Amino acid sequence: MKYLDEYRAKEAAEGLSREIRRIITRPWTIMEICGGQTHAIVKFGIDELLPEDITLVHGPGCPVCVTSLELIDKAIEIASRSEAIFCSFGDMLRVPGSKKDLLSVKASGGDVRIVYSPLDALKIAKDNPAKQVVFFAVGFETTAPANAMAVYQAHKEGVKNFSILVSHVLVPPAMEAILSSPNNRVQGFLAAGHVCTVMGTTEYYPIAQKYRVPVVVTGFEPLDILQGILMCIKQLEEGRWVVENQYTRSVKEEGNSQAQKLIKEIFEIVPRKWRGIGEIVKSGLGLREPYRLFDAERRFALGDIKTQESPECISGLILQGVKKPYECAAFGKKCTPEHPLGATMVSSEGACAAYYRYRGLKVNKTKSRKNSTKR
Amino acid sequence: MSAKSPKDFSLSCPVPITRYPNILMAHGGGGKLMHDLIANMFAVVFKNPFLMEGHDSAVLDLSRKKIAMTTDSYVVRPLFFPGGDIGSLAVYGTVNDLAMSGARPLYLSAGFILEEGLGMEMLWRVVQSMGRAAKKAGVQIVTGDTKVVDKGKGDGIFINTSGVGIIEHRQKVSPRSVRPGDCIILSGDIGRHGIAIMAVREGLEFETTIKSDCAPLAHLVGKLLSAGVEIHCLRDLTRGGLASALNEIALQGKVSIELDENMIPVRGDVQGACEILGLDPLYVANEGRFVAFVKEKDAARALKIIKKDSLGTDASIIGKVRKEFPFIVTMKSKIGANRIVDMLTGEQLPRIC
Repeated sequence: MKYLDEYRAKEAAEGLSREIRRIITRPWTIMEICGGQTHAIVKFGIDELLPEDITLVHGPGCPVCVTSLELIDKAIEIASRSEAIFCSFGDMLRVPGSKKDLLSVKASGGDVRIVYSPLDALKIAKDNPAKQVVFFAVGFETTAPANAMAVYQAHKEGVKNFSILVSHVLVPPAMEAILSSPNNRVQGFLAAGHVCTVMGTTEYYPIAQKYRVPVVVTGFEPLDILQGILMCIKQLEEGRWVVENQYTRSVKEEGNSQAQKLIKEIFEIVPRKWRGIGEIVKSGLGLREPYRLFDAERRFALGDIKTQESPECISGLILQGVKKPYECAAFGKKCTPEHPLGATMVSSEGACAAYYRYRGLKVNKTKSRKNSTKR
Repeated sequence: MSAKSPKDFSLSCPVPITRYPNILMAHGGGGKLMHDLIANMFAVVFKNPFLMEGHDSAVLDLSRKKIAMTTDSYVVRPLFFPGGDIGSLAVYGTVNDLAMSGARPLYLSAGFILEEGLGMEMLWRVVQSMGRAAKKAGVQIVTGDTKVVDKGKGDGIFINTSGVGIIEHRQKVSPRSVRPGDCIILSGDIGRHGIAIMAVREGLEFETTIKSDCAPLAHLVGKLLSAGVEIHCLRDLTRGGLASALNEIALQGKVSIELDENMIPVRGDVQGACEILGLDPLYVANEGRFVAFVKEKDAARALKIIKKDSLGTDASIIGKVRKEFPFIVTMKSKIGANRIVDMLTGEQLPRIC
């Protein structure tokens, strides 16, 4: 398939792999931010082409994984009400809340629907004026423009039975949180290509300078990721720390100004609680004043919900790149995609689910042994 | 889809029951209306001596020692989709299950669960489609049943078909017959049925209409058997896709399977839809594709036979059976690295971004 096969070509991948091996002189730890990149790394076995000196750690860029337990419980609460039609991207339905997930709400008669765009949810609202239609607005800067557009249109058209449950998160504050943690291992970043397609690259300049860390904006195909790693290693080996753009076919320095304008019109920056990590200041998006009537939390008058994470789940450490999935005692035993203890085992972009699906248990054990002798 | 302007509905065959435009509870009640429905709709299309006996069961003379029997229920939504409908699916699905045990399908039963209020014209189109499909697959529908459930308790039409076929060869076609060294032939490109259904169901629009691959496979299996190809196992790829079928066989045959991603045919439009939706074509449903595990020496010949058939032009040898690490399916990815191909957990849900 055009524009796909070119980025999955074996010979070119091997060429990049050789170049990485040629220039590397010591061990480096690189974090890929986005869950889409984690998925591609494990699905295509990209790390098998890398020298042992490179450790890839998987970042917090999986929206399903970082949506707080409180918000999942709130979603479940809304979806259980008879007056509601609850719309969500498919991924979110299997995420465990404190007691159950959205799929079980659906099975017990709740009207829970998978949609592919927030605008589909808006259409459902217009088609069902007697119902309250709620869209679960999760995601990073990538999904924010479409969600903003749905609210903008609902406002413009006076659709009164539509609202969104907002769980938007932002990448740069999460990177800063990781870099300022005493446990930090990350020496270089592959920044998320699609987030930067929307937001551009300039907001990463201060991070690269402040923390002296290379940031390479990277795409999602095997060759993108290998080239991103090569560019990152090159900076590390040369003692440089700047923002570079590997994903030039999609990302411009200034990003998509129309999309940014829309985000700013609808949303403002708010503190946000990240699942497994905790609250990070100025790390989320919430609805701005004229649009707050579209906030599902307000409309359904949801108070504070007390939650308790499974004590066995170490997804917080995994999302910060401190631990790998196979270092968790519950991985593949008590925690599987059929019975996930935490969100990282749910979405195919979650590091635990990606490892479980593409590596299985046997391979992980070998890998785990290899890694433990290395440390 | 509107029942009033069906594109593939022949105007030369009007709905035979004009008094009632919709299904009533009484159409399943055992009385006159039910008999009218059977006589004027099912019997007209499915006509054969066994059915016309009108007895409680069909009496079949198989005169063979070995027969294969299977059953399957069909609840697909929407009832009509690009490349097929619930009627053709209900025939081909059961015919294909018989074919996968190496049987020649002969007779089917058809049980209908109809929802009160279903348009009579809609039912007529489905029944006609079943008639055409049965003819194409070389089977007769010899017995049946009709029930009607209250409005809201069904989804238009549910169909159950059971099938009987005869086994005319001496090979033991079963996952337990799979041996290390066997070659795995895939009969064509994957993922079309699942994407076609999803596109209609979710109102997704692509540049081209992706049609289901829904088709009967028994004749193709028959060609392999009569050519004397040593077949160890056959499996049609339905829900769960290629990945789930191969995992089942690895588990039941206590072997491992090694695939080459480059050899698995996926059409550009299906690949594109999967990329957009975040789905893996290996897990997407098919209704007219199968894998054949054949002895290595016969693989090239078997591939040639399949490729000659119009249903198998894109067939390909996609991998081999190995002894090491039993129960596991692995795949050499496009960039040459290895990964595990696991069984699907629940439904494949589209990713967010």
